[in-house]
Amino acid sequence: MNKSIEVEPMTRLEGHGKIAIFLDDKGNVADAFYQIVEFRGYETFVRGMPIEEVPRTVSTICGVCRAVHHTASTKASDGVYGVEPTETAKKIRELFLCAHQVEDHAAILYALGLPDFVVGPEADPAERNIVGVVKKVGAEVVKTILKKRFAAVKVLEMLGGKPIHPVAGLPGGWSKRITEEERKDIEELGKEMVELGKITLQVFEDVVLKNEKYLEMITSDQYRVVVNYMGTVKDGCINYYDGIQTVINTKGEVIDQFTADKYLDHVSERVVPWSYVKMTYLKKLGWKGFVEGEETSLYSVGPLARCNIAPPSTPLAKEAYDVMYDTLKEKPTHFILAYHWARAIELLNAAERIVELAQDKEITSPDVRAELGEVKGEGVGIIEAPRGTLIHHYKTDDKGIVTEANMIVATTHNHAPINLAIKKAAQHFIKNGVVDDKLLNYVEIAYRPYDICQACASHVLPGRDSLEVIIYDSDGEVVRVLRNF
Amino acid sequence: MKFAYLLAGGCGGCDMAIVDLSEKLVDALEHLEIVFWAPTVADVKYKDLEAMPDKSIDLGFVSGMVRNKENEHLVKVMREKCKILVAYGICAALGGIPGMANLHSKEELFENAYIKCPSADNPDKVLPSPESEVNGYKLTLPELLDFAKPVSAIVEVDYFVGGCPPHHDHVAKIVEAIVSGNLPPKGSWITDGKSVCDYCPRNPALKGKTRDFIKEVKRMHEGKVDEEECLLQQGYLCLGPVTQGDCGALCTKVGIRCAGCGGPIPPTTDFGLRAISAITSLFENEKVAKQALEKYPVFAKLIYRYCLPGSKLGEKADVLKKRAVVKEVL
Repeated sequence: MNKSIEVEPMTRLEGHGKIAIFLDDKGNVADAFYQIVEFRGYETFVRGMPIEEVPRTVSTICGVCRAVHHTASTKASDGVYGVEPTETAKKIRELFLCAHQVEDHAAILYALGLPDFVVGPEADPAERNIVGVVKKVGAEVVKTILKKRFAAVKVLEMLGGKPIHPVAGLPGGWSKRITEEERKDIEELGKEMVELGKITLQVFEDVVLKNEKYLEMITSDQYRVVVNYMGTVKDGCINYYDGIQTVINTKGEVIDQFTADKYLDHVSERVVPWSYVKMTYLKKLGWKGFVEGEETSLYSVGPLARCNIAPPSTPLAKEAYDVMYDTLKEKPTHFILAYHWARAIELLNAAERIVELAQDKEITSPDVRAELGEVKGEGVGIIEAPRGTLIHHYKTDDKGIVTEANMIVATTHNHAPINLAIKKAAQHFIKNGVVDDKLLNYVEIAYRPYDICQACASHVLPGRDSLEVIIYDSDGEVVRVLRNF
Repeated sequence: MKFAYLLAGGCGGCDMAIVDLSEKLVDALEHLEIVFWAPTVADVKYKDLEAMPDKSIDLGFVSGMVRNKENEHLVKVMREKCKILVAYGICAALGGIPGMANLHSKEELFENAYIKCPSADNPDKVLPSPESEVNGYKLTLPELLDFAKPVSAIVEVDYFVGGCPPHHDHVAKIVEAIVSGNLPPKGSWITDGKSVCDYCPRNPALKGKTRDFIKEVKRMHEGKVDEEECLLQQGYLCLGPVTQGDCGALCTKVGIRCAGCGGPIPPTTDFGLRAISAITSLFENEKVAKQALEKYPVFAKLIYRYCLPGSKLGEKADVLKKRAVVKEVL
C-alpha cells in the first residue's frame, strides 16, 4: 500500500467538496463520506426583512441557479399575504423559470456533463472541459449553441429585470407585464431554444448513444443507485412551476403526494456532524441511514427523478423521452448517468413550453398582480429547479416581517444518494489497497450527474466543483490525497 | 495580457456575467490569456498559481467576499502574482448580501440552521463540528470565520467594480477599458460615475420636473406602482440616487426600487450612511421618518444590504469582536 502522503503547501483547504474514503484491513472500501464544507446562514439573516424583499435577497444563494430562489420565495410570499396570483402572472413566472431551465441545462451539459463523453472519461482533465468539446465538435457548432443559449438569457433579462439575480417577483404576481412586441420576441427566441434542444439531443445521440462502450458504461452497476424519486406533477406531466409533489418508490409506484404547505409532514432532514448540509429522507418511512434498494427512505430529485415520475408535456420532448426508456429498458431507471440524457430531454421540453406560453393570448394581459389579502404570516413555495425540487418556507409577524425561514435545496435532497453513488464508484475502483489513478475521474463521473450545486446547498464554488478525495487505511492514516484543483 | 480569476466566497453570479458576454467573450479571449481560473480550468491548480513568479500576471479578478482561511490565503496569493488586482462585483468590493451575516453571531446562525429549523430531525441537537467521529471514522470540517470581509480588508485592491452581479454590458466596458489601458487612477471604482437615477426613465429631473418630498413610505408590495413616475416620489424607498448606475437602471425599469447593489458613487465610501442621509432628507416630516422605521424595522438590512462588511459599521463589529477576544484572553 502506498503510504506516501501528498503534502500541499496549504494544510487546510476549504470551500470545496470533500470525500473521505476509509479502507478495511484488506484495503477495500469500508465506508465513504461526501462532505459539504461551507455555510452562509441565509435562514438567519433574512429575519427582520419584509417578506417581499426576500426574493431579491435569497436569489444570491446562487448565481448559477439564477432564477430559482427568486421564484420559489416569491411563491412563498403569495402564501404570506394569502393571495393567489393572477393567471397571467403564473404564466409569466412559469415562462421565466422555463427560460432558466434551458439556459442552465445547456450550460451544465456542454460545460460539465458532455465533456466526459465527448472527450472521453479517461482523458486528461485539462482536455475534459468545454475547450475539449470545442476541439471535438468544432467551433462553429459551439458558437451556434452559445448564441441559442443566450436567447434564454435575453428572456430572463426581459422578464426578470436583471439577467442574474432577478427582481420582478412580487406577492400576488409580477412587477412587469409583457407587451405584444415583447411577446413576439419571446416567441422567436423560444423557437431558437427549441432548435437548441434538438441539436443537444442530436449531439447526445451521436456522441454517447452511438458509442457502445458509453452505453455500456451508462447501464453498468457501479453507476446504478436504487432510491425513491420526488418531483412536481401537474395534469399527469412534469411541471417546473406548479403542481403536486409526487414521490415514487424504487419500483415506480406512487407512495406519497403532497402540496407545498404540507411539506413538513412528508420530508425531514437529518443533521450529521460531518457535513454542513443536512440529509433529507421520507418522513413516513423514517431515517434508515445510507441504504439503497427497496428498503431505503432516501430519494433523489432532478431531471431523471422527474422523468421517472412523469412524462414531459410537449410533443418533441415526449418522443425523446420514449426513446430513452426504450433504450434503457428500465423504468424507473436507476442508472445515474441517464441524468444527463434526461437533462437534454427537459431542455427541449422547457423550450417547447416557452413557445406554447408565448403563444398564449393571456400572456400579454396587464393583469399581472392580484389584490393582496390579510397577512397570513406563513408561506411555502416549491418549484422544480434544474437540479430538482426547491422548497422555501417563511413565517412572518402580522406586518409581513420575516421571523423564521427555511430552505431545502436540490443538492440537499440528493446529498445522501450522492454519498451512495460515490461509495459504489469507490468500491469498484479501489481493490486490495490499490488505488486506481483514474479514481478521481470516475468519482467525478459518479457525482456529476446530480450536478451538485454546492453554492445552493452551502453557498460555495459552483460550476465545476473543486473536489478533494482523502483515502484513509484501517488505522485511520491518510494513504492518498487526490485533488482536481 | 495574462489574466487570472479567483472566485472566493461568492455565488458564481459574477462568473456567469462573464459567461453571458457570450460571443463578445470569444473576442475578449483574443486579448486575454487565461492563466488561472479556479475552479473552472482544471489543469491549473492552486499550487501552480502559487508557483508563478510574483507580478507575472497582468490582470487579476477576485469575485466573492472573504469567508474562510482559504479565501484569505488565495486572495493574498492573487495580490502577489497580479500587477493589477480588481475586486470584481459587490461581494468582493464591499461584502455583498452574505455580509449581512455579520449582524448575527455564529451561534445564532448555527442554531437556526440545525436546531430550530422546522424540517430538522435532530433530537440530540447535533451541530456540524470541526472534528467528529462516525462508526469509528474521524472526519473533519473547516471552521467558519466570524466575519465576512471585502477583499480590501485583506490586501490592497487596485480597482473596484460594483453590481450584484455587474451587468454583462458593464463587464464588456471594463474589459475594453483594461485592454485599451484606459483606466482611472489606482484605488478607483471602474464606473462612469453616474447614479441609477441618471439612467432611470422615471427621473423627474429628466422630464424637467422637480422632486417633491415623500409624504408616505410604502413597502414594495403596497399600492400599485405607476409605470412612469419616480419610485421615490411614490413612496418606495429607492436607493437609485446614491447608487452607481452602470447597470442602466434595470430594476426601476421593471418597477422595482433600487436596493443599492451597484455600490456607492465615489467619493462616498460608506454606502449606508450616504443612503440614510439622502433618503431622510426627502422625508416631508418626522412622521414619515417614523413610518419608515416601522415599515423597515431592521433598517440596516435596507441600507446596508450589499455593503455591510465594507462599512464603518462592519469595521466596528470586527473591532468589537477583537476586543472581546482580547478580554477573554486577559
